[in-house]
Amino acid sequence: MNRDLARKFLFDMTLARAFEQASAEQYAQGNIGGFLHLYPGEEAVAVGILRAADPGDYVVSTYREHVHALVRGIPARAVMAELFGRASGCSGGYGGSMHLFDLERRFLGGYAIVGETFPVAIGAAYWLRMREESEAVVCFFGDGAVNQGTFHESLNMAALWKLPVLFVCENNRYQIGTEIHRHSAVTEVYKRACAYGMDAERVDGMDVVAVYQAAEAALRHVHAGNGPYLLECETYRYRGHSMADSGAYRSEMELAQERGHDPVSGFRERAQSESWLDERALQQIDAEVEETVADAVRFAQESAPQDELLANVYRAPIDLYKGRP
Amino acid sequence: MSPRNHNDKAGSIAVAEARPELMVWEALNIAHDHEMHNDDSVFLLGEDVGLYGGSYRVSQGLLAKYGEWRVRDTPISEGSFTGLGVGAALVGGRPIIEIMTVNFSLLALDAIINMAAKLRYMSGGQLQVPLVVRMPGGVAHQLAAQHSQRLEAMLMNVPGLRVVVPGTPQDSYWQLRQAVRADDPVVVLEHELLYFHKGPFDADASPPPMHGAAIRRHGKHLTVIAWHRMVEVALEAATRLADDGIEMEVIDLRSLRPIDLPTLVVSVGRTGHALVVEEDCRYGGVGAEIAASLNERCYDDLKQAVHRLGAADAPTPYEASLEAASIPDATAVVNAARSILRS
Repeated sequence: MNRDLARKFLFDMTLARAFEQASAEQYAQGNIGGFLHLYPGEEAVAVGILRAADPGDYVVSTYREHVHALVRGIPARAVMAELFGRASGCSGGYGGSMHLFDLERRFLGGYAIVGETFPVAIGAAYWLRMREESEAVVCFFGDGAVNQGTFHESLNMAALWKLPVLFVCENNRYQIGTEIHRHSAVTEVYKRACAYGMDAERVDGMDVVAVYQAAEAALRHVHAGNGPYLLECETYRYRGHSMADSGAYRSEMELAQERGHDPVSGFRERAQSESWLDERALQQIDAEVEETVADAVRFAQESAPQDELLANVYRAPIDLYKGRP
Repeated sequence: MSPRNHNDKAGSIAVAEARPELMVWEALNIAHDHEMHNDDSVFLLGEDVGLYGGSYRVSQGLLAKYGEWRVRDTPISEGSFTGLGVGAALVGGRPIIEIMTVNFSLLALDAIINMAAKLRYMSGGQLQVPLVVRMPGGVAHQLAAQHSQRLEAMLMNVPGLRVVVPGTPQDSYWQLRQAVRADDPVVVLEHELLYFHKGPFDADASPPPMHGAAIRRHGKHLTVIAWHRMVEVALEAATRLADDGIEMEVIDLRSLRPIDLPTLVVSVGRTGHALVVEEDCRYGGVGAEIAASLNERCYDDLKQAVHRLGAADAPTPYEASLEAASIPDATAVVNAARSILRS
């Protein structure tokens, strides 16, 4: 573990935690509307996976994607402004929390229908494979998505045509309020990949180093043209499914137990004890995160709301289209 | 037989050749060929589009010419292979998805409606989805309720989609090519009974606008608005009515989203009477949208309420005479026209 990478891991995860805390506060103040799905507890997954991915790899994510967007490099300002519905948001204020996009950074978006990330990912991968490009696609999904038809359909096609996709399951054990033993006959998601002859493994999703190492190896496999790979990251979300969910279906004991191996504080302690980062570096990270989040909120507050209703439904306002091929 | 032998066999069936008269499937076949030849980002995916050549022969010869990455036989997974088209379109592809029949597209509506139609908008204009989804529908020969739907009204209700309904070889050729060129998702609805209909074809003629309506027969007493097979039904009715001195104008709508209202308004301004003939269900149908739009735009010119003929409010029956009775025929159009003009 080099110092630079350790710093990135800790910065990303600290920012992730603080950004989501600020999102919750802004939601409570009425500055953010709609559904808001927060990420605390799952930080090691987004950070470990996306730090292992190449900048040229496409990323397809779910509706719980603020942190994926941030780690991909979308400025915190643009993400927060999007949550506020501002024209300066990364989707121009048209998408909101569940629909963050940044084509330049190859972030193909947040999809709010469970199971949609699979076909989008294999589509981008089909194109890459057809054009003999070297990039891959990272496809995030939750444990709740694996019982959708698109999971099976898309894994089949990905394996059949050896498409360059890294499927990443963020298994937080709950599809909203239904625990995995109540929604899945087979609760080890990685085992399902064998139905399609796909290589897969399970990793501790609360350990950013473990996730990163597994993702690096998996992406090597994918980039080398060996076809898709499925990585199941066992993780946990501390908050309810969305701001509307108190999470009453889980016991205090379970929550306390999960918080006992928190990915952010766990890595922070380890970085110190392994001497990857000293006290000064930690303080710098904290100060930078605090300023980044405060700046993002300030930027969002000061930005103008999106006010164009009919832009971008079509390439141009729909007409009779006199295109000559 | 080995896969290699299969491919050799497929290779012996060539792409159709342009002639002054073609069948609809041949025109579509040539349109694919021209677009794929001109632009290597165009590719075709669907069930049996490759080795088999397409259920209605539309993709015959393309696998041999362009290879399996650009002419891809898919598993029976409408939801995901249509969504695959969306994903590929986002990153630079111009995929054409063939869904074997419009009925199966119900399994793909998440990709079409939740994704393709919305991604440009939701991304603030960053993304575009130059996707074509081709699929045939319509009441054919006793295919029963699960294979006879049209779903036109449902699909045209979705902002973000363009929906065209070519019925002739010439329109099938140009509207498909225009759809491939468009940077928005386009649903091309084909009709199962029209694939083997012949008509004039001229690849050098200048194409009309993709969404423009076409006047197929001029007349001054009544404007009939139809598309797909109902155009033929209306033309047959017009011939019969002409014997009685009734001159019916027949407009082929060609597009359901957008609808070429200017052409309709001009025609109705001349005739003062309008009748919509649709094969899809009348209830909540395309005709309702047209009738309401004509009321808004040319109320003063209308001498009568806009009338509609459409399919019965029932799933399509299997039994042949019941099936025929479930959709408008020329006699129904003749009777409706007489009734409108009498009152």
